[in-house]
Amino acid sequence: MTDQIKPSPVLDVRGLQTVFHDTQGAWPAVDGIDLTLYPGEVLGLVGESGSGKSVAGFSVMGLIDPPGEITAGEVLFRGEDLRKKSEEELRRIRGIALAMIFQNPLSTLNPVLRIGEQMTEVLSEHGHDDSAAAASLAVESLRKVGIPAPEQRIHQYPHELSGGMRQRVAIAIALLGDPAVIIADEPTTALDVTIQGQIIAELQKLQAESGAGMIWITHDLGVVAELADRIAVMYAGNIVEMGPTDAVLDHPRHPYTLGLLDSVPGDTVPGAPLRQVPGNAPPLSQRPLGCPFHPRCASASDICRRDMPERETDAFGRSYLCHHPVSQKVDP
Amino acid sequence: MLLYTLQRLLQSVAVLFAVSIAVFLAVYSVGNPVDLLISPEATQAERAAMIAKMGLDQPVWAQYFTFLGNALQGDMGTSFVHGIPALQLILSRMPATFELVVLALLLASAIGIPIGLWVGLRDGSRGARMVMTSSILGYSIPSFWKGMVLILVFAVWLNWLPASGRGDTVLLLGVPFSFLTFDGLSHLAMPVINLAIPNLALMIRLTAAGASEAVHQDYVLFARAKGVRSKRIIRRHILRNILIPIITVLGVEFGALIAFSTITETVFAWPGMGKLLITSIYQLDRPVVVAYVMLITFIFVVVNLLVDFAYAALDPRVKLVENM
Repeated sequence: MTDQIKPSPVLDVRGLQTVFHDTQGAWPAVDGIDLTLYPGEVLGLVGESGSGKSVAGFSVMGLIDPPGEITAGEVLFRGEDLRKKSEEELRRIRGIALAMIFQNPLSTLNPVLRIGEQMTEVLSEHGHDDSAAAASLAVESLRKVGIPAPEQRIHQYPHELSGGMRQRVAIAIALLGDPAVIIADEPTTALDVTIQGQIIAELQKLQAESGAGMIWITHDLGVVAELADRIAVMYAGNIVEMGPTDAVLDHPRHPYTLGLLDSVPGDTVPGAPLRQVPGNAPPLSQRPLGCPFHPRCASASDICRRDMPERETDAFGRSYLCHHPVSQKVDP
Repeated sequence: MLLYTLQRLLQSVAVLFAVSIAVFLAVYSVGNPVDLLISPEATQAERAAMIAKMGLDQPVWAQYFTFLGNALQGDMGTSFVHGIPALQLILSRMPATFELVVLALLLASAIGIPIGLWVGLRDGSRGARMVMTSSILGYSIPSFWKGMVLILVFAVWLNWLPASGRGDTVLLLGVPFSFLTFDGLSHLAMPVINLAIPNLALMIRLTAAGASEAVHQDYVLFARAKGVRSKRIIRRHILRNILIPIITVLGVEFGALIAFSTITETVFAWPGMGKLLITSIYQLDRPVVVAYVMLITFIFVVVNLLVDFAYAALDPRVKLVENM
């Protein structure tokens, strides 16, 4: 993205909060996040397990079941707040304009239904009555994601396909309705490394062709470095740092982002111990007061233990939540 | 597929053979039918003649081989008591049991599967917990007691339904059935309900367990993310997956009910196979008991084969492969 006048965002999430209820109370898994996504853009949503990144994705889709509940915020999709829509209105948007790809391709497809039916039902459930046309659209979509002999595949069952092929089918399903936004929840995590690369390249190409905005949820900084235009780093339900990919990865301002970057093996001297962020992400019910990262942060001070930091935005359009941001390195 | 079927049928011959030995020996050791069949006033000579006529003077292995030889020619022996071929006697009782069991299982599935789905999809809600608790009751109340209560309420107090017998029957393909006449249906009502209740409870629990597990599967969430209506998700995605255990249990229950609806048939004086079995055991009518067990074994073998076919039809991951 260059600095031209930006088009209006296709997805604008404001103050989204999703809590999970238990007998002790309601615990926010997503604690008031703001996200914007522009057409044709890839936003990398990065975080550890339990940071709330997947919950954020499902909250945008409106697919939060009890004991989870979306308690606050707006999800503006093409200017309309999805949270104000009825379940039926949401259903009509899902799968067509707003699509999602899941993490584990081995479990996302129904084992007892043919690939063809699992594809065409997306169309038939959205008022597409011509079943022959739907079938040829399904074949076309399979061809687009690089599945050989798609005419035969639609008659097959999921177990007859490999994991990578099944994820391609899931991608083909997501692309069927020519979506404006695709939410990809760790779509390559469950795959072999060689297949990962192919799927990433394929999705990137297809997303660029279709002009859809894509939120790529992952814990893998290497992946987002490759494909994201912007990165949002999540920690304990908050987006602790967000900005253009280069700025965030080259000059992180939040100590957590810095810690994540340091724990990527790539830059370490072979044999030297891998640096890591000390401690573990706090469980949902034991989030500390103040900045949630302070127990693991080397530069934590009294204010961090007391007050949640305000969001700061710098000149590069990058924002962060930190009382003691990492000082800007001077470019070598 | 054909090879598989042939192999299974061959196996069933072996099973039938093994069962024939077991049941023959078991019946032989239970008691001597002569004392029950011959009047106490008979002379010793008459007695000996009778025993010889029935072949009971032979050693057990000789009796067995005579039986086996006849059985291979389709002759399962003649009832001591009724004087007609045992198989014919049992088969004449079969339609009554068959319609009772089919109606009971249809009723149990038609009500149980929808309720089970409702419960499974509302896991943990108050209504769902109530249904689950009462289903334990439905499953554990003894059949004879339930039957007596039904008779007491609907036949004795309310006088709505007849307490015993088959009522009017109509010939369908030459076989008498009760379910086609109003009188027959009124006779069927109570025994069918009595048989259906435990199976209803079973269907509810089975469907609920399956549905509450399936509803949390990724493919259901993915279907929702695809914008599929919940009606279709339940019908196509969830039900298709949980039908597999349901069909298995229905098959086993079908076999078991055909064979052993004895209590219900006795309580309601329903002239079916189960009632015949009980009477024949009391009267030490060996040929009938042996033929009965053989027939039931055969039915179980066939039902299991059909269940396997249903399995393969419902779950594409199942392939029926013959093992050589």
